[in-house]
Amino acid sequence: MKMQNARKVMVPLAAIAIFLLAWEWLVWFMGWPRYKMAAPSDIWPAFWRFRHMFLEYGWQTLWRTVAGLGLAVVVGTAFGMLMGFSRTLRDAFYPLLVGFNAVPKATVVPVIALMFVGQHDFNTILIAFMISFFPISVSVAIGLSTLEPEYRDILRSLGASKFTIFWKIALPKTLPEFFGALKVAATLAFIGTNLMEIVEPHGRGLGHLFDSGKISADYPLMFAVLIALAFLGILLYYAVVVLERIFAGWADRSPA
Amino acid sequence: MTNLIEIKGVTHAYPTADGPLPVLDDLNISIPEGSFCAVVGPSGCGKSTLTRLIAGLMFPDKGEVWLHGERVRSPRSTVGMAFQNPVLLEWRTILQNVMLPLEIVAPRMPRAQKEDRARSLLALVGLEGFADKRPSELSGGMRQRASLCRAIVHKPEILIMDEPFGALDAFTREDLWQLMHKLRAEEPFTALLITHDLRESVYLADQVIVLSGRPARTQYRLDIPLPGPRPLSMIYTPQAVEWLAILRDQIEIAQGRAPVRSGAVQSQEAAQ
Repeated sequence: MKMQNARKVMVPLAAIAIFLLAWEWLVWFMGWPRYKMAAPSDIWPAFWRFRHMFLEYGWQTLWRTVAGLGLAVVVGTAFGMLMGFSRTLRDAFYPLLVGFNAVPKATVVPVIALMFVGQHDFNTILIAFMISFFPISVSVAIGLSTLEPEYRDILRSLGASKFTIFWKIALPKTLPEFFGALKVAATLAFIGTNLMEIVEPHGRGLGHLFDSGKISADYPLMFAVLIALAFLGILLYYAVVVLERIFAGWADRSPA
Repeated sequence: MTNLIEIKGVTHAYPTADGPLPVLDDLNISIPEGSFCAVVGPSGCGKSTLTRLIAGLMFPDKGEVWLHGERVRSPRSTVGMAFQNPVLLEWRTILQNVMLPLEIVAPRMPRAQKEDRARSLLALVGLEGFADKRPSELSGGMRQRASLCRAIVHKPEILIMDEPFGALDAFTREDLWQLMHKLRAEEPFTALLITHDLRESVYLADQVIVLSGRPARTQYRLDIPLPGPRPLSMIYTPQAVEWLAILRDQIEIAQGRAPVRSGAVQSQEAAQ
């Protein structure tokens, strides 16, 4: 058992170490200058030099992403419920949602920035929300509308209310699909936050730090931001995985 | 003996793109209290519609469904249902699954009392050691046993079963037939069983109703005047074989073909 746990930690760590070494070697071997491609050994100093900014900006990026994602969960679930329970509403909303989702969010960023000038936090959260609520609403709608009629009949034949059926059966049954969508949505919300921070920089978030690295041609700083973003992305993803384990762990049927 | 279920002149059609599709036509069935009624008939003849009508999940275009002297106008908690698909909830343990109807019908009942009731039923069907397992950890037969427990945990007046044993292998099915007799001896309920299995209907029921092809009418009624619980060997008695043959002929007629036996007789006559 101990060996197994050690393996679980050691294998990914070894893979990361090999990746960093290969990267370092490639930069050295190709003789790339720093302004073309930074090596891992350049990134750590850059990270350390700006560590206070990384903490501050990283936190700004993280909380705005989580806020946008939270909004997407609430609104996406509400839309999903409407579409899952009513055919008419599904027919009405679906083309609108698809069209809305099809618009590249990078083009929406300047529009939003103009619409709500100066509301940086709000703008960023709005973009994170807009980019991530679609998969949530679709998965909830599909989860609810594909509920086998027998599940509903068992409670309905006892005179249970619609809300009881939703609470006791439809909602828990939809949770695995919901968390699948939430994993996608978490990544998307993160992209949305950074999009706003990079396209319309307003002195906040890791996107701004990336932009200042670009302006001052500080390649190691830009790479350090990328790695910090990857780290936050991993954090967010596994936070969703933990929630999934807690609320929909029953759906995992892999042999223990 | 009073009739618990009275189905009087029930006619029903489903709307389709090509106009209404009639499924039930002037159906009449009476099920005395405490008795077991099996309904057999060709595929797609509206048997499942019948279960939904009795459960109050839908209402007939014409005719009336009466339950215990009251016209069925809405779902009622005195009904228990079991389907071919056991539809157990994967996020609940077997015990919690069985307790589910009590949460709806008797929300104020103390939890310990709900649990006692559920546990005693699980013991009755031989699942006492599986109360805390998840549905996916059980075999198909065990899941169907749990599904039956859930259907009768709230002591319904009527148990409606829509091919509950249809997806099981032959031996498991026979086990569950015997379990059905055991349950009836322990728990008072009136039963309506929809099935495709004639042996099942003869072994379990006090009366077997044969429905005609769509739209379904009551084509034939066979009484099986044997007190339960019946031994499994009952299926192999000459009397049971005779009943089976009668039902088989009726199914052939329902499907619009000549009866098996009289058909054989006719062709022999033709040969001579």
